[in-house]
Amino acid sequence: MNVRLYLWQRLTAAVIAPLVLVHVAVIFYATRKGLSAADILARTRGSLTWASFYGVFVVAAAIHATIGVRNVLTEWSPLRDRGAGLLASAFGVLLFLLGARAVVAVVLP
Amino acid sequence: MSLWRGGEEGRYETYKVPLRENQTVLDVVTFVQRHLDPTLSYRFACRVGMCGSCAMTVNGRPRWTCRTHVSRVAARGQLEIGPLENLPVIKDLTTDMRPFFEKWQQAKGAFVPSRTRREDFAPIRPDTPARIAADAAIECINCAICYAACDTVRWNSDYLGPAALNRAWTLVNDVRDGATSERLQAVAASGGCHACHSHQSCQELCPQQLNPTASIAGLKRRTMWAYLGGEI
Repeated sequence: MNVRLYLWQRLTAAVIAPLVLVHVAVIFYATRKGLSAADILARTRGSLTWASFYGVFVVAAAIHATIGVRNVLTEWSPLRDRGAGLLASAFGVLLFLLGARAVVAVVLP
Repeated sequence: MSLWRGGEEGRYETYKVPLRENQTVLDVVTFVQRHLDPTLSYRFACRVGMCGSCAMTVNGRPRWTCRTHVSRVAARGQLEIGPLENLPVIKDLTTDMRPFFEKWQQAKGAFVPSRTRREDFAPIRPDTPARIAADAAIECINCAICYAACDTVRWNSDYLGPAALNRAWTLVNDVRDGATSERLQAVAASGGCHACHSHQSCQELCPQQLNPTASIAGLKRRTMWAYLGGEI
């Protein structure tokens, strides 16, 4: 890892940390209130707030995880910086697409 | 006691040595070489904990053998002594230290003077934050114990290691040095300070009680600000 990747990993971690707390709080709220899928979708569809919240979450998590997976690959596999970077980037793109698809599914009206 | 014999593909061989009241691990290795097997290869020089050449793996941990008493480390009267880990084995207890010192050079571990001999001595106040940080890390004896103890070195052959980065930190804090930007560049690259996982084996096992993990954390902060400021 170099200073650029280190900085991106720390920055995205700083973004993710409060978002995780809100996300967990939302899960507790939804389950304790017994909200159905329809109730949740009624709150999220067309909501710019939830679209921004989970949009930022997905982007930050995809960047953060990509750098982390790259580090794991360079230390625990025979791959060097370039190979590990490419494989981790592919994983990051997949993560972003899956996350973006989920966000779109719950916020598009 | 058992000693590693041979090169990378060697094996441990058992020897019986007298247990004395006051003896170091280096004493018993020397006993084997002088009385039981003169072909045993190992490295030492000063015998008083200054030169850093006698480090070996003793019962699984890297230690300076000249200052490690047998009574403190022997497990039920047994000692297993091998070469330092994370370095190529030459023969028996001697390792090839070249990768260790090459990384000192990669980390720009040499002082680069910013004055000429025609100028006066640089006044250094001992109570400045930079000098205090340098002094805290300066007493390294190049024994490579931290390098042998480091998990990140084991996993990542490009990692510069605790000693080289600790050295870089002392020079970054030396106001007389004239190569700070180049050094920060070197330690901020792949395999530099950001590869450290802060496991702290280096500071736990450093015989000089230095804390390379803290030095590396200092480099992480310093390089980050240098990067953000466009210096590197």
